[in-house]
Amino acid sequence: MDFNDTPQEAAFRAEARAWLDANAERLAPGETKRNALAESRLSDDEIAQAKAWQKKKAEAGWACITWPREYGGRGATPIENMLWQQEEANYRTPPNIFSIGIGMCGPTILAHGTPEQKEKWIPKLVSGEEVWCQLFSEPSAGSDLAGLRSSAVRDGDDWIINGQKIWTTGAQFCDWGVIVVRHDPGVAKHAGLTYFVVDMHDPGVEIRPITQINGGQGFNEVFFTDVRIPDAWRLDEIGNGWRVSLTTLMNERASIGAGGGESMVDELVQFAREAKRGDQRLIDDPAVRQRIADYYVRFKGVEFTGHRVKTALSRGALPGPEASLGKLVGAALMQDIAAFGMELQGTSGALMGEAPWQNSYLGIPGLRIAGGTDEVLRNIIAERVLGLPPEVRLDKQIAFKDVPSGPPSK
Amino acid sequence: MNFDFSEDQRLLQKTARDYLAEHAPLSLCREVLESDQRYASSLWKGAAELGWLGAAIPEEYGGAGFGHLELALIAEEVGRALAPIPFSSTVYLASEALQLAGTDAQKKTWLERISAGQAIAAMALTEGPGQDDVESVSARIEKGALHGVKQPVVDGDVADFAIVAARADTGMTLVLVDLGGAGVERESLESIDPSRSVARLRFDGAPAEVLGSEGGGEALAAKVLDRAAVLLAFEQLGAADRAFEITKDFTMNRYAFGRPIASFQALKHRLADLWCDVELARSNCYWGAWALENDEQDLEIAGCASRLAATSAFDLATVEMIQMHGGVGYTWEYDCHLFYRRAVFLAAQLGSAARWRDRLVTRLDARAA
Repeated sequence: MDFNDTPQEAAFRAEARAWLDANAERLAPGETKRNALAESRLSDDEIAQAKAWQKKKAEAGWACITWPREYGGRGATPIENMLWQQEEANYRTPPNIFSIGIGMCGPTILAHGTPEQKEKWIPKLVSGEEVWCQLFSEPSAGSDLAGLRSSAVRDGDDWIINGQKIWTTGAQFCDWGVIVVRHDPGVAKHAGLTYFVVDMHDPGVEIRPITQINGGQGFNEVFFTDVRIPDAWRLDEIGNGWRVSLTTLMNERASIGAGGGESMVDELVQFAREAKRGDQRLIDDPAVRQRIADYYVRFKGVEFTGHRVKTALSRGALPGPEASLGKLVGAALMQDIAAFGMELQGTSGALMGEAPWQNSYLGIPGLRIAGGTDEVLRNIIAERVLGLPPEVRLDKQIAFKDVPSGPPSK
Repeated sequence: MNFDFSEDQRLLQKTARDYLAEHAPLSLCREVLESDQRYASSLWKGAAELGWLGAAIPEEYGGAGFGHLELALIAEEVGRALAPIPFSSTVYLASEALQLAGTDAQKKTWLERISAGQAIAAMALTEGPGQDDVESVSARIEKGALHGVKQPVVDGDVADFAIVAARADTGMTLVLVDLGGAGVERESLESIDPSRSVARLRFDGAPAEVLGSEGGGEALAAKVLDRAAVLLAFEQLGAADRAFEITKDFTMNRYAFGRPIASFQALKHRLADLWCDVELARSNCYWGAWALENDEQDLEIAGCASRLAATSAFDLATVEMIQMHGGVGYTWEYDCHLFYRRAVFLAAQLGSAARWRDRLVTRLDARAA
């Protein structure tokens, strides 16, 4: 039992670090990278820098390291991918606008695409010339993704796409998107879906930013009006859209990192040591102490569970549904810690101050919803980890058009 | 990154699990609980023969000389089986205290007997309600004679010797007392978990020798508690895991409204949350085990964290166990109460969660200074 890299891992880390040292600047002590992609509209400059950095990585084989070599990867293992991400995080690099393309869209094309499709899209994705987004969620299809209603209607060798997607990260600067749509509402829900690639520059594509409760604008609504795409852009068979979507989502899980919040408990301890009520430091208040202890223990539990997941990766396993624990427990815990931090601030808790808690508190609700709500994660743990019976479903055996979508009309 | 036990260690754990599955079914725990037996002596003998009692004791003192990672995994299995034996008092507390502070002669005398299964030990710190460890000791040690009353002392009625907290002129001191000697009176107390025994010990001039340094009892007790915290946390973890498994299986097989009750989200989501809590405890315990073996400074934090996480996981697991079983969960006949009782017992054994939280924050505060 130890926390060290294996000799192989250490060698890989050293190689990554050497290349990064030669090609980027290390962050200064205390300097943190902002998750710009999730919070704001990137400037043209920032996008150009991001593309240039991706090109540099691609030329040296660091752009998509878990992919096979023939597509520009280096056949790296999941643990090596994690080591690379740990290392790259220590350098001053542009916002990563390619994580969805490299992490989700690309692997889906590699798994389900024809040789022609791979030839058309993969090289420019790897080189950073083209940016990709994922168009899955809809206003009435979030947790119930397969309930999506955007339509594809066959027209000769083309398909006509209509409908609305939502929560699309980076749509405003993307060139291509992967989209799952309903080609046949007359068959059962999951059977009526087909998966395509869509040109985000098509005049029938309209993109509107969504403003989050923290004021950030990381996401978009995307409207499709009579967007015509060739059948050659369909991935896999007609009606196989759900299966292809699962490939994308599986890769989403593999590419989601450990998440932030590492320092939240330390900040809480620090604040409680410095702030005073009369002559008494807050950390000397028994009620405060008990709460800090509980948060600390839970926080460490998440951290060391992460180490156990990494250990499994290190032994060659793929991240399984067990990894859902980190987000399920971690996000709610961060929200609790932020709330308690603000409580410790007394009446000043209502101010957007220098302490991190107010910003965190406004941002964290998104974490508890994106990439699987708390409730969906509990179902995943219950069914996939613990093997409990699936939900009783009323929507699976009937034609999609007959599935209720609201209360019955009177 | 290798934050896991080795294959050899896992093999040892599996051997322990298999042995306990055969020799310590829950019916054994129940047998002790329902009878006048204070512990299962046949199982105690078996534990000695398998080398568990001396797992972390060096070979020169008759131990198996494995190490604390191995002992932690054995503890997990002892917990999983709700084994009704004085393992924690003897192995996590007394044996650790002797290894930390005993003279060569003390180690030779007692560690060899512990390893061989010839001596059961108890640790007697508290004296009454509201106390967690050594904060209000009034027992006194004067010229090698011990006076005072200690309670509740886990396994105090079956132990051959005890490590007792007493005041000397120079301050709080831990002393070794042969409980078979003169000036010792013991009385069994009614335990909330009668599969584990508890006693009141009265000392009236009982011969005692200092363990470690006179006046150094508080620091030594703290160190012993940190080490025992990790090991007892593994017991709690194993028991929590078992309670969870039994509960999960029950909900899969119990049908109501035409379907397994495990298919209702009202239970599914709670089982998912409970699984998370058990896994968080497991992760904290692994950290504690690592610190126990490698890093005394980290142990000050990790010991508290293991103890707190495992206590709350075991507590939640047993409360949910009864609730999810419904009516039968409340019967004497079903095993739920064995777990429910044990959870309370183990939560109290090394002092309350509130005390451990306080200890943890004192140390976080000091570390941040």
